[in-house]
Amino acid sequence: MSGKPRLHYVNARGRMEPIRWLLAAAGVEVYGDLLFQQVPMVEIDGMKMVQTRAILSYIAGKYNLYGKDLKERALIDMYVEGLADLNELITSNFFQPADKKEEHLATVMDKATTRYFPVYEKVLKGHGQDFLVGNKLSRADVQLLEIILLVEESKPDILAKFPLLQSFKAKTSNIPNIKKFLQPGSQRKLPIQEKDIPRLMQIFH
Amino acid sequence: MAGKPKLYYFDGRGKMESIRWLLAAAGVEFEEKFVETKEQLEKLVKDGDLLFHQLPMVEIDGMKMVQTRAILSYIAGKYNLYGKDLKERALIDMYVEGITDLMQMVMMLPFSPAEAKAKNLASIEEKATKRYFPVFEKVLKQHGQDFLVGNRFSWADVQLLEVILAVEEKIPAVLSGFPQLQAFKTKMSNVPTIKKFLQPGSARKPPPDDNYVATVMSIFNLN
Repeated sequence: MSGKPRLHYVNARGRMEPIRWLLAAAGVEVYGDLLFQQVPMVEIDGMKMVQTRAILSYIAGKYNLYGKDLKERALIDMYVEGLADLNELITSNFFQPADKKEEHLATVMDKATTRYFPVYEKVLKGHGQDFLVGNKLSRADVQLLEIILLVEESKPDILAKFPLLQSFKAKTSNIPNIKKFLQPGSQRKLPIQEKDIPRLMQIFH
Repeated sequence: MAGKPKLYYFDGRGKMESIRWLLAAAGVEFEEKFVETKEQLEKLVKDGDLLFHQLPMVEIDGMKMVQTRAILSYIAGKYNLYGKDLKERALIDMYVEGITDLMQMVMMLPFSPAEAKAKNLASIEEKATKRYFPVFEKVLKQHGQDFLVGNRFSWADVQLLEVILAVEEKIPAVLSGFPQLQAFKTKMSNVPTIKKFLQPGSARKPPPDDNYVATVMSIFNLN
């Protein structure tokens, strides 16, 4: 059996998307996107892994995207968990009732610009390096880029007040593996469309 | 400055309880600073002590750590409760994440509106006995060892014991179909550091009561 990791999920973003991003950044080819009515499952290295965070941690550890020691790991974990919270807020917007969506989205954008993005802008300003932790690409950088692009889909000018995040976005997008992932034909999934929502609601809610 | 870890949270279980458990299981003494009012929380935010303006926060090894999972991972790594390699870590992570999902349901129960409480409790019982406990029962049965991963005490064991006890507080007979988990509960409860934590006078917090709920609601303006 091929050694490529095999991803099981629905054919949409959701909780599998951060995993696709991280595998792509690590230059790992994947095959297969089977339709399962389950939380993400990834067959990798003889394991059937579940739980998004566990899967991401394993990939990051295996492909040296998790810092050089416990303290760098701690920083990466804090940054990543903050991004996961923001991600959760954004994706929860799709499942809001129609009359609440706009207000909810405004709240989410507000949190992005007052609670989350300032943190990462400050980190980058503080050390002046290209990457968030240890002057080296880590899962935190991959996840930050993913979230920036996600938020921009709802509000294209969201980085207006964050010059360092703008240059972070440009630099990180040009890393070869990531650049490849951002091109059409990669395994990156499209934004959730209105028409997908009934199907996803049926599967997950 | 190195010294004891200092925990910033409300005087109650919530998200900090798992951290108290893990530090205690690792035999690490810690201090606690209880946040009792909105003003105290706002001061921590204003002083720049809370990275994402949220608690829990733990001062440890010169860091002001936030995000429960990040804190727990750090403690587990530091005190050798995270397996011996990447694959054992992966197992521990999977188990802990599953347990966290169940723990979250238990944690939110006191905050349910009165008319939803019975339904939420029934949901906890169902998930515990159909989705989560069977997994751990099977793991223990298959390898026949005392601990979940690598024949060695880990973060996963601590968290499993914590959630078993938390669910039992609400559903006393919940382990009736799970003989392996019953034996596990007994053995883990007798690990010296854990035994000490389970005794009165430890840092373990009591089950949430109305007072705790009222405090949290008032701090977050949820009335």
